[in-house]
Amino acid sequence: MSLQMPPLRGVHDERGAKVTEFGGWEMPVEFDSIQEEHRAVRESVGKFDVSHMGEIEVSGPDARTLMQRLTSNDVTALDVGDSQYATITDEDGVIIDDTVVYRLPDDGDDHAFLFIPNAGNDEAMTERWRTHRDEWGLEASVENQTHEYAMFAIQGPDARELVLDVVADPDCVSDLSRFEATYATVEGTDSESESESECWVARTGYTGEDGLEVIAPWDDAESVWSAFDCQPCGLGARDTLRLEAGFVLAGQDFERETNPRTPYECGIGFTVKLDTEFVGRDALERTKEEGVEEKLVGFRLVDRGIARHGYDITTTDGDVIGTVTSGTMSPTLEAAIGLGYVPVEYADAGTKIRVDVRGRPKKAKIETPPFVDTV
Amino acid sequence: MSFDTPDDRRYQESHEWALETEDGVKIGISDFAQDELGDVVFVELPDEGEDVTAGESFGVVESIKAVSDLYAPVSGTVTAVNEDLFDAPELVNEDPFDEGWMLAVDPDDETELDSLLTAEEYEDQVA
Repeated sequence: MSLQMPPLRGVHDERGAKVTEFGGWEMPVEFDSIQEEHRAVRESVGKFDVSHMGEIEVSGPDARTLMQRLTSNDVTALDVGDSQYATITDEDGVIIDDTVVYRLPDDGDDHAFLFIPNAGNDEAMTERWRTHRDEWGLEASVENQTHEYAMFAIQGPDARELVLDVVADPDCVSDLSRFEATYATVEGTDSESESESECWVARTGYTGEDGLEVIAPWDDAESVWSAFDCQPCGLGARDTLRLEAGFVLAGQDFERETNPRTPYECGIGFTVKLDTEFVGRDALERTKEEGVEEKLVGFRLVDRGIARHGYDITTTDGDVIGTVTSGTMSPTLEAAIGLGYVPVEYADAGTKIRVDVRGRPKKAKIETPPFVDTV
Repeated sequence: MSFDTPDDRRYQESHEWALETEDGVKIGISDFAQDELGDVVFVELPDEGEDVTAGESFGVVESIKAVSDLYAPVSGTVTAVNEDLFDAPELVNEDPFDEGWMLAVDPDDETELDSLLTAEEYEDQVA
């Protein structure tokens, strides 16, 4: 299968980016240095091309019902321009994907939503939405717009200032609270002429910093990307940033087939609203009543070494109790940190564990994420 | 992008270099390799007195995104380890051919060096 290309693939090449395959897309993993890019986001501002993320628009008379029944959070709580983090679960309450759901401006009496499945999941989610819509006899349009939009994340303490500089109507953007979004015109830097692009600008992101995400028309990607004059960052820095913030990564910290997990095991139970009706609700209600046997925890290595995805977590006696799902050297803390699943009796902060790093047991301690201060 | 490839030493296809010195054969990784790896954040090396075998792994170098094995260009006994790398692994990025050296080895057979790539041959490989 050939890889999908983001609209800026050539621009990234010219900038000397290293690229990698991610979710079926060829994406920049590093522009200059992961540590440099990471620091830019923690200390000032950096921009990420996340055009591999999916965009699916759901609209029509029953759009709200369809969204409510297929996501775990409560979409009725969303006013126009609001967004929420949610999971998409199967009948067993196992996470299929995690997503952000935005409520778009209404079209007459009809509601409209945009949700962002993870890279490579857009077709499966479009199919899931359409199949359930038909099964339930609902009237809603489900459009996979992944190839119609580029998506950029502008993140860091100076991100808002930078975005306000390039939007035609800064007031509407400066008023955005966390998880609020609006349409805004970005004044681009097209090489031939001044350009303007209508973008969906949201005060969201996945780095633990303040910042905005910008969904821009695919054909305007270059001028919008260029308009944000700051450090370009790759998926390498995105991974170290999200891990320091304790955010889970689909496909790595949970995966329906190989590592099936519920939102409660993942530590994102707050995305589950049991007073709504959705696929997986009944199973999750039972899980909540019974409690989970394993939990995703954070840990920090005391010994020298780096814990990687797939390494065993053991007791101090060497008994295997879990697996590392994410691990890296934290550029901010200059310490090795990670996430992994352990039985709940080992999940308390301060519990001593070991991580088997290529046959050598490394001392580590359970630590409650986030590992760094986040907004 | 061009990389430094000093011609005073020999290279392996797996990107380690070997330099004959008065103190034995010094070993490290190439400029190309450190650039490919990105920020080096951890290096695991054998202790002094341990033996290494040509073509076999003697340790690992870890960047933020990957773990890579290090392969010995020659067989012999480790006579020195660059302990500076334990506190400052970034030396591998900053100065791979000098400050970022990894091991010194007393070689079992110095002619092993002759079978390694010349700088020119290695440059052709990574071009």
